Amino acid sequence: MHRSIESLIRDAEASGRPLPEVVLSTESDESGVAPEQIRARIGRTLAVMRSAIDEGLKGEARSPSGMTGGRARLLWENGSRILGPRVTTTLARAIATLEVNAAMGLIVAAPTAGAAGVLPAVLISVGEFLEVEEDRLIDAMLVAGAVGGVIAHRASLAGAEGGCQAETGTAAAMAAAAVTWIQGGSHEQVATAVALSLQGMLGLICDPIGGLVEIPCIYRNASAAMQAISSAEMALAGLDFPVSADEVIDVMGEVGRRMPAAYRETALGGLATTASAQRLVQLRPTSKPGKPSGISR
Amino acid sequence: MVSLFDILGPTMVGPSSSHTAGACRLGLMARAILDGTPERAVMRLHGSFAATGEGHGTHRAMVGGLIGLAPDDLRLRNAYEEAERAGLTWEFHEVELGEEAHPNTAILEVERGGERAVVRGASVGGGRIRVTEVDGFAVELEGNYHTLVILAHDEPGTIAAITGLLAGHRVNLATMRVDRTGRNKDAMMTIEADDPIPDAVFAAIRTFPWLRWARRVEKIS
Repeated sequence: MHRSIESLIRDAEASGRPLPEVVLSTESDESGVAPEQIRARIGRTLAVMRSAIDEGLKGEARSPSGMTGGRARLLWENGSRILGPRVTTTLARAIATLEVNAAMGLIVAAPTAGAAGVLPAVLISVGEFLEVEEDRLIDAMLVAGAVGGVIAHRASLAGAEGGCQAETGTAAAMAAAAVTWIQGGSHEQVATAVALSLQGMLGLICDPIGGLVEIPCIYRNASAAMQAISSAEMALAGLDFPVSADEVIDVMGEVGRRMPAAYRETALGGLATTASAQRLVQLRPTSKPGKPSGISR
Repeated sequence: MVSLFDILGPTMVGPSSSHTAGACRLGLMARAILDGTPERAVMRLHGSFAATGEGHGTHRAMVGGLIGLAPDDLRLRNAYEEAERAGLTWEFHEVELGEEAHPNTAILEVERGGERAVVRGASVGGGRIRVTEVDGFAVELEGNYHTLVILAHDEPGTIAAITGLLAGHRVNLATMRVDRTGRNKDAMMTIEADDPIPDAVFAAIRTFPWLRWARRVEKIS
């Protein structure tokens, strides 16, 4: 995979090939898997993303802790009061995937399980609103994957290492690049969308209540989806950002390394240690012990 | 190296790639090392696995892995019922392995028809795992290849004998590492192959007089 957004774009410009083609041939060379097989697997990945959204919007699944389930449906059913149905639909879809994840459902951890709601909500919603063909969605996934690969190399994707900015921040950057590309953005605009989306997520801590991938994760996935789309809009309109995408990614890595452990998925700080959170953790039902012999303490 | 599908995946049963998918793969590894579904398993969880495993389905996922359920198999939700049907009895304990240990470490003791294996490994992020000890011997296994681990008296010709056998069965090698333990002048060989290690090769290796211990580990999903 590419190690910088700059080298990815340089490869595309030097060869005159579109970004997704550069990503595809790089992956094919590195893995030894034929390009068509890679595309087919991405197609199956998109299908799992769609099923997770559909299941989540039904609103039936509850997590074992009882903390999440049904909120995507609530938003979906109540609709929009402000910005219109496209926004509410995208938000509901982001929450839907995370609720399915929390209920031990099948999801695609792109880039992680905790940030699994962002890319499907953005891609599948934008794909539907703008009537994007499946092949083009697969191309957009390739672009998103390349951006995630650069971030994995230069910074981190793990909340335990870099806080939530590493998880939902990366997901937002991947989704922003994907939709900017779908809408015919230039290479520069794709890179700007990455920079704009990630700079807006810098510093975000990972402080899950009870240490579970539930609250605030479902809401952070929803807001990261909006971050992705608003960044793409600004980039496509020609707004610039003076710091390059690679530099913003490096800053995200630096902020993660300097982030206190209490804010890196330990549930030892932030929202997780509030009085409300502690009450919720005490109230939640404990799951059944691992029969037949149980979990000894 | 990170591949595209490490980023656009894995496709998995939630909620956590490290605590659910990784735990499942540790179970799959213990099963692969035992070469079949265990009848009995004792699992000791350390650190974050012990502290937050319950809410992440870690126990369920690990039991599911032991009976051969992959990280994307929805039956992981009902892994306890599935495992009872598969004839597995199991128990979980918490263990304190010290500061040095990876926070998501587990020790799995598995038994099947008189065979026994003790596997220590950790879930190192994104569903990836690293097994660092089998039967008390230091190893390094990630489950991405069909693997042979062999402890042999360090004498000339051992490597040639093994690679010769593999070549004779047209097994393509991906990587090979040899570490001398120093003590008793034993050498630990880890051989990763693209293809499954044939029964005949493994049986022949087990007859070598210089062999101290060997395990064959199937690639896991």
